[in-house]
Amino acid sequence: MEFFAPASWAEALETKAARPDAVPIAGGTDVMVELNFDLRRPSALLDLGRISELKEWDVVGGTVHLGAAVPYARIIRDLADRLPALAMAARTVGSPQIRNRATVGGNLGTASPAGDAHPALLATGAVVEAESFRGLRQIPIGGFFTGVKSCALAPDELIRAVLIPTAAGPQQFAKVGSRNAMVIAVCSFALALDLDRRTVGTGIGSAGPTPLAARGAERFLAGALDWGTLSVPVSAARRFGELVADAANPIDDVRGTAAYRRHALAVLATRALRWIRTAADQDREPVPA
Amino acid sequence: MDAGSRTPQPRPGTIGDSPPRPDATAKVLGTFPYASDLTAEGMLCGATLRSPHPRALIKRVDVAPALALPGVRAVLTHQDVPGRKHYGLIVRDCPVLAVDQVRYQGEPVAVVAADDAGTARRAAGAIVVEYEVLPPVTDPRGALFDPDSPRVHPGGNLVRHQPIRRGRPDDPAVRAQAAVHITREYQVGMQDQAFLGPEAGLAYPLPDGGVHLHVATQWLHADREQVAPCLGLPEEKVHVTLAGVGGAFGGREDLSVQIHAAMLALRTGRPVRMVYDRRESFFGHVHRHPAVLRYTHGARGDGRLVYVIAEILLDGGAYASTTEAVVGNASSLGAGPYEVEHVAIDAYGAYTNNPPCGAMRGFGAVQACFAYEAQMDALAAALGIHPLDLRARNAVKQGSTIATGQVIDSPAPLAAMFGELRAMPLPPEHDPAALPPGGYGNTTHGEGVRRGVGYGVGIKNICYSEGFDDYSTARVRLAVEHGEPVAAVRTAAAEVGQGLVTVQGQIARTELGVEQVSVEPADTRAGSSGSSSASRQSYMTGGAVKAACEAVRDQVFELARERGIAVPRDAALLGGKLVSARGEPLADLAAVLGGRVVEQTREYRHRPTGPLDRLTGQGGSHVQFAFAVHRAVVDVDVELGLIKVVRLDVVQDVGRILNRLALEGQIQGGTAQGLGLAVLEEIVTDGGKVRNPSFTDYLIPTILDMPPLGMRILQHPDPASPYGLRGAGEPPTLSSTPAIAAAVRAATGLALTRVPIRPEHIALPGERPGNPPPESASPQSASPENAAPPGPAPLSQEANTDA
Ligand SMILES: Cc1cc2nc3c(=O)[nH]c(=O)nc-3n(C[C@H](O)[C@H](O)[C@H](O)COP(=O)(O)OP(=O)(O)OC[C@H]3O[C@@H](n4cnc5c(N)ncnc54)[C@H](O)[C@@H]3O)c2cc1C
Repeated sequence: MEFFAPASWAEALETKAARPDAVPIAGGTDVMVELNFDLRRPSALLDLGRISELKEWDVVGGTVHLGAAVPYARIIRDLADRLPALAMAARTVGSPQIRNRATVGGNLGTASPAGDAHPALLATGAVVEAESFRGLRQIPIGGFFTGVKSCALAPDELIRAVLIPTAAGPQQFAKVGSRNAMVIAVCSFALALDLDRRTVGTGIGSAGPTPLAARGAERFLAGALDWGTLSVPVSAARRFGELVADAANPIDDVRGTAAYRRHALAVLATRALRWIRTAADQDREPVPA
Repeated sequence: MDAGSRTPQPRPGTIGDSPPRPDATAKVLGTFPYASDLTAEGMLCGATLRSPHPRALIKRVDVAPALALPGVRAVLTHQDVPGRKHYGLIVRDCPVLAVDQVRYQGEPVAVVAADDAGTARRAAGAIVVEYEVLPPVTDPRGALFDPDSPRVHPGGNLVRHQPIRRGRPDDPAVRAQAAVHITREYQVGMQDQAFLGPEAGLAYPLPDGGVHLHVATQWLHADREQVAPCLGLPEEKVHVTLAGVGGAFGGREDLSVQIHAAMLALRTGRPVRMVYDRRESFFGHVHRHPAVLRYTHGARGDGRLVYVIAEILLDGGAYASTTEAVVGNASSLGAGPYEVEHVAIDAYGAYTNNPPCGAMRGFGAVQACFAYEAQMDALAAALGIHPLDLRARNAVKQGSTIATGQVIDSPAPLAAMFGELRAMPLPPEHDPAALPPGGYGNTTHGEGVRRGVGYGVGIKNICYSEGFDDYSTARVRLAVEHGEPVAAVRTAAAEVGQGLVTVQGQIARTELGVEQVSVEPADTRAGSSGSSSASRQSYMTGGAVKAACEAVRDQVFELARERGIAVPRDAALLGGKLVSARGEPLADLAAVLGGRVVEQTREYRHRPTGPLDRLTGQGGSHVQFAFAVHRAVVDVDVELGLIKVVRLDVVQDVGRILNRLALEGQIQGGTAQGLGLAVLEEIVTDGGKVRNPSFTDYLIPTILDMPPLGMRILQHPDPASPYGLRGAGEPPTLSSTPAIAAAVRAATGLALTRVPIRPEHIALPGERPGNPPPESASPQSASPENAAPPGPAPLSQEANTDA
């Protein structure tokens, strides 16, 4: 197996163009597991670890440009205010050791329906910035996931960054796992409200062949919500939960049944809605002297 | 009660002190050599080809494509087994390599040795095997009682049926004494030992045609006894040395790499190492028997038990392993630590094409405990009695007779244990710092969360039972070197992490009054020490070391007397001197020994046990009984079915604390393993195939799942055992599971008759069989009309096993 460790982004793109078979490795928390379990024998690895710009984030015109190789631990530390849903998702990933290494770029590269970043990226309308020697491409997250563990990246493309709008309203993320930590999602749900545009974003994980957005639920809630108080009638909250559950396309597997996943998504969605409301109430409360 | 505060401070490093483990630093630093770290000059790597099918005939095997790969040194099938083709701990039914058919997914079919592990693995994959796939036998009830079931083995699908009959449980007059009757069926999923060090060993060919195995195992001599005949070698030519063990819990009692690595080493003339990876490990050892248990309990209005009727089905999978003994435990302890006059228990061990099951911490007693404790809770609820009061009213004590007719002739201080448990403080109702159910998942901010409290009590036999000739051998040497007395202990007992090496040193320091003790590596050059299982090693090998030390001491005294020194009977050795009972020096050890090394070897046997009668199950089958009691406090998100165990408290009686630190570790670990069975751990099979052979999906508790554990350790000595000790490793595993399950029931109001409890069992209780909705926990099942106790004939019951 060959090992390439380009020192710059340009060099990485060149290498990937010459060797589309080279498997990128960022945190390695998916790649190394596959190698150790002998599930994959790549002819070459392309280590992104030396490219410092991939490990940085920046805010450009209200959008966070998150370098593909920023580890979850940094997202939790630096971006919890700007990207609350993603930071909440990051907190649920693996263990401290994993969060120190694992990246959103890697989560996208694996494109697992269980990847915890995905629901937050879907709910916030993120854009994946992919680049090859042929040029730069912006892939809206809704079009990124193309099938079970497959994505819209071309063989010569690398993810440079993920562009995520700075939160313009409350956001939530919740993940069900049968263990209290270090667990792959049985199902997960993200909710993001944009108070300026009065839109609702959702994301569902581990309940379909790809991560999903519940578009019907989003439209319903945008209409049912009192955008002034962020409150909804109880019946509408329940309906929102049902619509989220309906959007899912889960299966029975060793981690949970399809029926349970639907049920849990409805519970998570109604709870997330309530927490958003609580957060809004707290925001309005006068700051104690 | 807590003798830690009662007894005087022990001399450093002796019994009662907690000296550090000799391997502690290396393990913390990551330098401890586990079996998988072994290497040798010129070493080859072995790999195993395993069956993908739970049941199939082997039509053809072609090893040529594997042999054709560069770097491949040997490819062996059953035709290359030099001696006996089968082995087994109790029944010799397990093929070294599959002979014409396979009986479980993962059964070894061929082994390969190659220059490196990757080549060996690829070569194994290149072997062509043609299978004729047959429908697997996966339902133990069908396997046992359906006359049309295919036979897993020519002799049929029954490994053992053990009935226990006491009193007149079938007598209507007896039944009429009971005010309530509770009948329920319970299920226990297949738990895995989940040790972290995978199976590994290194085999060296010896110049005399023999072989030297370095292997992570639990019983060196049982390995040798099984390995040698299969290699066609006399036992003297098979030498086994213990390699670093990364956890065992019963899963290393059966052979894994031993014969395969030895065959490859003998064939190639080179050292061969075999190491399973994590996935292979799930197929490379036996698991805990999944069980279906149907219980009927009848009790008087005051809570006193009238009768217990039980049918226990244990799925042993494809090969016998220790199923026979597991059935013995499940049946003889099947009524629990309770006095009950009328008992009918039938325990069955079945062959199926599911993964083979055998020894795991608790060994048959765990499954029964989950069911009888749930029954005690159901009785308590039906009678409106506090669950601990109901247990206290029925608990055995010294002098009680258990279901087998055996009298408990040493302390069984359950009453004191219940008292201690009640006195332990409960956690606060609301602790803002505590993790909610769902843990880090941010699934609740308090919504749907209900608290529950539950109790569990278990009884476990210590040491080998049913007439087994159970012994351990120890050799102890005493010398004076550079003016310092030094002792050396040699046994073949396996240190599997439990701290046995430390305890052996403590015993030698206690008995010989020395500071310096070396414990030599465990090896078959020493006599057998028996297995590191059945919570027996402190008792048995501890007993052997103690006996050998006493013999050494006696010999020293004899030498002194020969030199004209008056040595009273109650003299002792201390700090290089012979001293009187009051500590006055009598003589110098160096002078008495005069440069000699005193050496003694002793075999230690516990008092004999007897068999269980084949028809009535009566007999004094057990050596010693041990007890633990747990209280669990849980928070359950009843809408999502997520569980956080908030607090566990345990009281255990250990007779005598030898090493508090090691003991507390055992109680912590046993409790955590019980927690795993209650809410997480299960090997899920479908049509005989394992669906989760990885730690991604076989979930064991993390530090965030295991709550703070309050602990009280009592010391009511057993007069028959060394130092009065009572085996301690297993009992906490029994009682923690039912306590947690009871707490979850209390929080949810659901019957929850199956462990591990999964989120959907709580959130969608109507969904699954074996998990009736809450109504079945209501008093209607407590009415006599509704009871319909199962008779001994199992055929009349409906099958309800595949979960
Ligand atoms: C113990 C453990 C626990 C885990 N727990 C969780 C969890 O709770 N939630 C969760 O979502 N995941 C979890 N994972 C999976 C993994 O940590 C995540 O998917 C993580 O986001 C992967 O990031 P990485 O940087 O380590 O990816 P890598 O392993 O380096 O790469 C993953 C994939 O992405 C590709 N890739 C990486 N970077 C790029 C790039 N810039 N451009 C194009 N392709 C790229 C790689 O080629 C590879 O295919 C866990 C893994 C382990 C080992």
